Amino acid sequence: MNRSGFAGLLEYVRENWPHLLSLTWDHVVMVLCGLGLALIVGIPLGILCARREKLAPVILAAANVVQVLPSLALLALLMIVLGLGFKTIVVGLFLYSLLPIIRNTYVGLKQVDAGIAEAGKGVGMSQLQLLAKVQLPLAMPFLAAGLRLAAVIAIGVATLAPLIGGDGLGREIYSGLNMRNDVKIYAGAIPAAALAILADALLGRWQGRFGKRKVRL
Amino acid sequence: MIRFTGVNKEYDDGHQVLKDLNLEVKEGEITVLIGPSGCGKTTTMKLINRLIEPSSGRIEIGGKDIAAFDPVALRRKVGYVIQHIGLFPHMTIAQNVAVVPRLLRWDKSKTAARVDELLSMVGLEPKVYRNRYPSELSGGQQQRIGVIRALAADPSIILMDEPFSALDPLSREQLQDELIRLQHELKKTIVFVTHDMDEAIKLADTIILMNGGTIVQTGHPDRILRHPANDFVKNFIGKKRLQEEGRRRVFTTVDQVIADQPVTALPTRGLAEAVKMMEKKRVDTLLIVDPSNRLLGTVSIYRVLDHYGDEGKTLADVMTPVRHAVKTNTPLSVALNLMSEHQLSNLPVVRGEGEFVGLITRGSVVSHLADVYANPEGGEEVHAG
Repeated sequence: MNRSGFAGLLEYVRENWPHLLSLTWDHVVMVLCGLGLALIVGIPLGILCARREKLAPVILAAANVVQVLPSLALLALLMIVLGLGFKTIVVGLFLYSLLPIIRNTYVGLKQVDAGIAEAGKGVGMSQLQLLAKVQLPLAMPFLAAGLRLAAVIAIGVATLAPLIGGDGLGREIYSGLNMRNDVKIYAGAIPAAALAILADALLGRWQGRFGKRKVRL
Repeated sequence: MIRFTGVNKEYDDGHQVLKDLNLEVKEGEITVLIGPSGCGKTTTMKLINRLIEPSSGRIEIGGKDIAAFDPVALRRKVGYVIQHIGLFPHMTIAQNVAVVPRLLRWDKSKTAARVDELLSMVGLEPKVYRNRYPSELSGGQQQRIGVIRALAADPSIILMDEPFSALDPLSREQLQDELIRLQHELKKTIVFVTHDMDEAIKLADTIILMNGGTIVQTGHPDRILRHPANDFVKNFIGKKRLQEEGRRRVFTTVDQVIADQPVTALPTRGLAEAVKMMEKKRVDTLLIVDPSNRLLGTVSIYRVLDHYGDEGKTLADVMTPVRHAVKTNTPLSVALNLMSEHQLSNLPVVRGEGEFVGLITRGSVVSHLADVYANPEGGEEVHAG
């Protein structure tokens, strides 16, 4: 192991940055696809939970079962059904992000003051208008918190992608592990961690924007 | 006009909130629904914009059964001021006020102009408040916005559900005064729910007092105070207030004693015309007022007959200027002292800069006193005497 330490890492990155960049890009794309799907499915499920109180425990329990499965186990199970590849990892990330988004949409909608919801109805908003103009905007701080949590989890889980034929920064980490090459491990792990921190910070700021306007009467 | 006919409301658990309710809300009046909590007053109000549906019975607005209306369209036509403010915290003041116009798809400039007009109407400078959020306003200001939001699309009916109950007493008084002022200009049909009898007395044209899902008594506030229908009403109004009402009657003001239809005439009228008028109305005195109803003087039949021969003369030439007059709200005792001191047979009542309101005559004083002492509650005093 002649090339090691910080200087080694710098040199490795300088030589391989196009490759690392492309892996980072793959990583981000996987996460975005998974999160996007989770938003598309999770928000309506969260709304359904808030509307039909009897369904809420069922939906939340189902999402929770997915969440408690170890990530590796979930991905392995998905691979059995869906085979190897990008599609499988996106489905895995989607399932993993679902719970925080459903739960936070549900909680966010439930905390909207009943009086404000009734005011909306009373001034003549249809159910859909009430949801779009009043309830969802007021649930946004909660939804943003859910998305933030989901994003951080998904970036972490996505490092497992190479095990089921995906790409991303995990590829660099695993090849480092196989070759006993510390530099490669760092070169994969550090950007993955940085991505998670960046996502957390950016979404945190976004979430904070809602907080300012949010008022309790 | 809003009319309830045989309206019942029963919940699934068998609890009956409204029992065979029949009522009428008159157009252009403030009708106050009042009663202890659980009496069904809020339910009654929410039936009007179909936030609650009746179990049976018929509710009409302007003669049309509202069951046939689309509830969403109905609510856009009926203003609604909700308890505890109910502004949308994520919208600016302008957006809050514009909610209904936007639902009705008014064009932008018309909506913006309307918002500014309404803000000015309740004394909030549009430039300052338009882009603020509700949390940046005081409770009283917020509920002003709540009220003008209900007015935005100019509905003829406005429902107000304990709108001022969450405010401090000072703001509450101010908003009540403002509502009275607005109503004076706008003449909306307002259904106002409250549990506060003082508020009801202050605002109501008609009070509907409810208990246990039925109407106990309906009428003008004064009528309910003077003639409570039963012990429940007496207890609800409170002994204290009844006593106050009794005491206030001792401090009767001149306004309560004004004679029916005093006869006024313009100073340009001729004397023959004046005699005809007096004959027709069976009075011995005319009050001379200018076109803006300011009191100029009085003319008695004797003065007219004295100068009757002179055809060129008008009432302006023969009238005597008014030496004694009282302002509105003067206690009756002051007026009576004045009349006995100066041996007056009548005394004009004026408002502001001499605007003529009415006349107190000896006859009107006597008939007022008769009213008071013929009242069963005043019976004791009669027996004592």
